Amino acid sequence: MPQMTMIEAIRDAMDVKMTMDDNVVVYGEDVGYFGGVFRCTHGLQEKFGTSRVFDAPISESGIVGTAIGMGAYGLRPCVEIQFADYIYPAYDQIVSEAARLRYRSAAEFTSPITIRTPCGGGIFGGQTHSQSPEALFTHISGVKTVIVSNPYDAKGLLISAIEDDDPVIFFEPKRLYNGPFDGHHDRPAKNWSKHPLGEVPEGHYTVPIGKASTFSEGSDVTILTYGTMVYVAETAKEETGIDAEIIDLRSLLPLDVEAIVKSVEKTGRCMVLHEATLTSGFGAELAAQVQERCFYHLEVPVERVTGYDTPYPHAQEWDYFPGPARVGKALKSMMEAV
Amino acid sequence: MSDYAPLKFFVPEPTGRPGDEPDFTDIEIPAAGAVRRPDIDVDPAEMKDLARTMIRVMNTKGEAVGPWAENIPDDILMQGLKSMVRTRAFDERMMTLQRQGKTSFYMKCTGEEAIAIGFQAALSKGDMHFPTYRQQGILLSQDYPIVDLVCQILSNAKDPLKGRQLPILYSARDYGFFTVSGNLGTQFLQAVGWAMASAIKGDTKVASAWIGDGSTAENDFHAALVNASVYKPPVVLNVVNNQWAISSFRGMAGGNNATFAERAHGYDIPALRLDGNDFLAVYAASQWAVERARRGHGATLIEWVTYRVAPHSTSDDPSKYRPKEASEAWPLGDPILRLKNHMINRGIWSEERHKQAETEYDEEIRVATKEAESYGTMGSGSSPREMFECVFKDMPRHLREQRQKMGV
Repeated sequence: MPQMTMIEAIRDAMDVKMTMDDNVVVYGEDVGYFGGVFRCTHGLQEKFGTSRVFDAPISESGIVGTAIGMGAYGLRPCVEIQFADYIYPAYDQIVSEAARLRYRSAAEFTSPITIRTPCGGGIFGGQTHSQSPEALFTHISGVKTVIVSNPYDAKGLLISAIEDDDPVIFFEPKRLYNGPFDGHHDRPAKNWSKHPLGEVPEGHYTVPIGKASTFSEGSDVTILTYGTMVYVAETAKEETGIDAEIIDLRSLLPLDVEAIVKSVEKTGRCMVLHEATLTSGFGAELAAQVQERCFYHLEVPVERVTGYDTPYPHAQEWDYFPGPARVGKALKSMMEAV
Repeated sequence: MSDYAPLKFFVPEPTGRPGDEPDFTDIEIPAAGAVRRPDIDVDPAEMKDLARTMIRVMNTKGEAVGPWAENIPDDILMQGLKSMVRTRAFDERMMTLQRQGKTSFYMKCTGEEAIAIGFQAALSKGDMHFPTYRQQGILLSQDYPIVDLVCQILSNAKDPLKGRQLPILYSARDYGFFTVSGNLGTQFLQAVGWAMASAIKGDTKVASAWIGDGSTAENDFHAALVNASVYKPPVVLNVVNNQWAISSFRGMAGGNNATFAERAHGYDIPALRLDGNDFLAVYAASQWAVERARRGHGATLIEWVTYRVAPHSTSDDPSKYRPKEASEAWPLGDPILRLKNHMINRGIWSEERHKQAETEYDEEIRVATKEAESYGTMGSGSSPREMFECVFKDMPRHLREQRQKMGV
């Protein structure tokens, strides 16, 4: 089986879908001739032509607004917003339009569009290249929100997203593009070449939207997390020796509540871990779900480990980033509480 | 000591406010027939003058004159006039429904009927409008069932949109009518995307984008123009300049001294500026722009100069912000009256037939409204279950749970 980086897996998903379905088109800023600033669309224009893979003007509202029109026509656009930090000009088109076409037109018009966007920090990108705005999309009705953490899932979930008849916001943690990240920025970077999740089947397969995966089994505490933090949780587990069960949610909306309940009922402890800011973050929703569904199984309160409620800083990136030390400390305190 | 005088902050004001005499002297109106008609494949740079003037066909005697008057068949005029009369009758009846408390909301297009109806006459089956809330004429000039329109307005058991959408924000795919948003300007950009898809697929379908003068201030207007400029898709970009956006006059969108049509030039898009109350001019210019798009020459922006005779909506009172007699003083007159006079002049219409048409449509709409009311008014007859449907194609677990909790 081929070994791929997450970039290659994402590109392969688009390649597979464009080969299968003439209605799939790919565009965004710098994605055409150049192949994208992260190279995710490299070679696609050459293969599929400029009518199906092309550059867009620097107008995120324009990218999503035109994609909605194309979707209404019958195409399946898979567009790129160069950084999640740049998605806000498109927010009205996503919230008021893509998310609501089906509802307000009684399904006469739908938005089968996929919006890919690199998110998260850990690349020394400062506050305009590091944000994790996923909660802004789970709070609205009518879009699905996906965050991937490895090449295998990235390809399977992107194919699912493109095939989905509803709009999907597809977050790609850019720190994971070339390898898993254990949270220790001062250690040599790892790559996907020897990682089991870097093994990506050729051709078409899907990973369903709405299903979590158990990244690592354990019995002491459940860590609900996604994206880059999956590997940070893994590091903290190794470093503390606490037998954590790491649930990679993969899809935030729809949310795999069954997987969450099953794990928390087993461990009796739950940590919610994300890179995004704390207040009104997706972790708040996770904590509420766990409280509502698992209250009598909980031995300690739900613990949230997240970024701070500040803009994403530049020089202080590793103070902001909820790395293995913070996760480990919180794990220990949860185990010592009872 | 600085020799700079303190700066003064400028806020534009319209030419008249309540209590003032209406003043439209700033609207320059060239004689009918005076503006040239270029070929559809003209270089945009060669027709820049057409964005600062006003294409008009009917003169004060009701005659059709000039290059834009040629080859307009009688049946287009007949259908156009009837549709305008029908639309006005519909608007009046729906206003009454709102006053009777049977619907929460309505918006009339009085005085602007010629634009949507004239444009629709130039489109073909398979083309798509991306309308705002004042293009009901598109549906009322086709055979869309009146009962369905009224049921949507009443949000009742037979509302085609299941009670989920504000009255008048219709959706009618089979009639080339994209779901109306209510968020201003968003559809302008979507129309460009739809037209891009037509070109990507190698089809010959044309999109028609609609926006008001006020909403040209929205980002999406400019995003639409840049995309239309870059990809040259088959789209007509319609700006209905009815002078008012609720209480804000066109100057609040930067349209006091520059025309809205001229904005296209910076994007290398050709533009026309029209007397929007002149049905013949509307039809001729629409046909020109639609043909241009369908032949692969790209987008055209058209500014339709008209006047919002009606209040913005049933929630608005224009006497609070503009001169009371302004709509009567509007120098481009009433589109129905003008077309009627022309058709009488042309020998294909009469006062009697006009009265007959008015009576006929009043009756048609009265009967349809009565039927629609029998399915419920003001939201009655709608099902709470419908609230949870169509958020997604397949209802996810969390919505199923919420619906069950609600007990429906």
